[in-house]
Amino acid sequence: MSVKNITAIQQPDTDFEVRSLQTMCVNQSEKELPWWYNFSYMAVGILFGIVFIKAEIISWIRIQEMFRLQSFHMYGVIGTAVVVGIISVFLIKKFNVKTIHGESIDFQPKKFNKGQVYGGLLFGLGWAITGACPGPLFAQVGSGVLVILVVILSAIAGTWTYGYFRDKLPH
Amino acid sequence: MDFIKQPWPWYVAGAFIGLTVPALLLLGNRHFGISANLRHICAACLPANLPFFKYNWKKEAWNLFFAGGIIIGAFIATQWLANPNPIVVNPKLVTELSGYGIAADNLMPKEIFSFESLLTLRGFIMLVAGGFLVGFGTRYAGGCTSGHAIMGLSNLQWPSLIATIMFMVGGFLMANFILPFILRLS
Repeated sequence: MSVKNITAIQQPDTDFEVRSLQTMCVNQSEKELPWWYNFSYMAVGILFGIVFIKAEIISWIRIQEMFRLQSFHMYGVIGTAVVVGIISVFLIKKFNVKTIHGESIDFQPKKFNKGQVYGGLLFGLGWAITGACPGPLFAQVGSGVLVILVVILSAIAGTWTYGYFRDKLPH
Repeated sequence: MDFIKQPWPWYVAGAFIGLTVPALLLLGNRHFGISANLRHICAACLPANLPFFKYNWKKEAWNLFFAGGIIIGAFIATQWLANPNPIVVNPKLVTELSGYGIAADNLMPKEIFSFESLLTLRGFIMLVAGGFLVGFGTRYAGGCTSGHAIMGLSNLQWPSLIATIMFMVGGFLMANFILPFILRLS
């Protein structure tokens, strides 16, 4: 791993763009909802986990087929998801749809930085080895393959290492 | 019931996954992105005074509940909705994998995904180094398949398109040119 020191001027705000870059909710809900409201997200997660198993998206085999161009399945899954997502976001924007609590739904543009290239490549390498991106990792544990807990711990260590070297990496 | 127990076709799975995007938005203006959970776990357990982990992770707790839901859903589907038939795999891949002593009869081949395998060089590289690359790479890229390839592309963000292309480039290089050497290890 090349840890090159950037000669750029010290960033006054070391936490630069932390929220907008990291797929976190940029606009926090102003409403104070009770903590158990989080179970509604869990319900979506449960459905999502069932789909992951039933469409065999968690399978290392299916990922190997995808990257060897031996099966259309995963391209079909991701392609359909993107099309449905694009239509959904388009409709939400066009009709200014609100959340079920009546708050407006916000979208933040993602800013380009070199991390999307270098980090994207590194993640791609890891994706093909483990046969899993972060979502399927959780599903694999649920399916009873407990050794995946080691993979998740290692992924957490990788995330932590990124946080540690963040200032020194090219962005 | 038979229909549910069969493997679901790509268009059904893709539609459900795509609908996760508006579901999370409508429930509370939440943006789909699973790898952020790895960061929240760092922030919660070992922030180590690093600025990258100094934020109120509790405000992002919804995402940890979402990930917990994935574990529960996978458990339900494996216990009660499992496909009773053998999985269908491209014959070319079956032949290739058998050359490495891997049987393609399971969604997660036991020759790789087991605690015994973890003690071999091949298993250690694949599980530990592979996991590290997933965690490091997704955070460096600012998202994974969900945050960039699905949420980012749904919102027509070109940086997400670049990230998605790089995911695929990395995957192609690994699966076709590097992984065969790793799989030959024992």
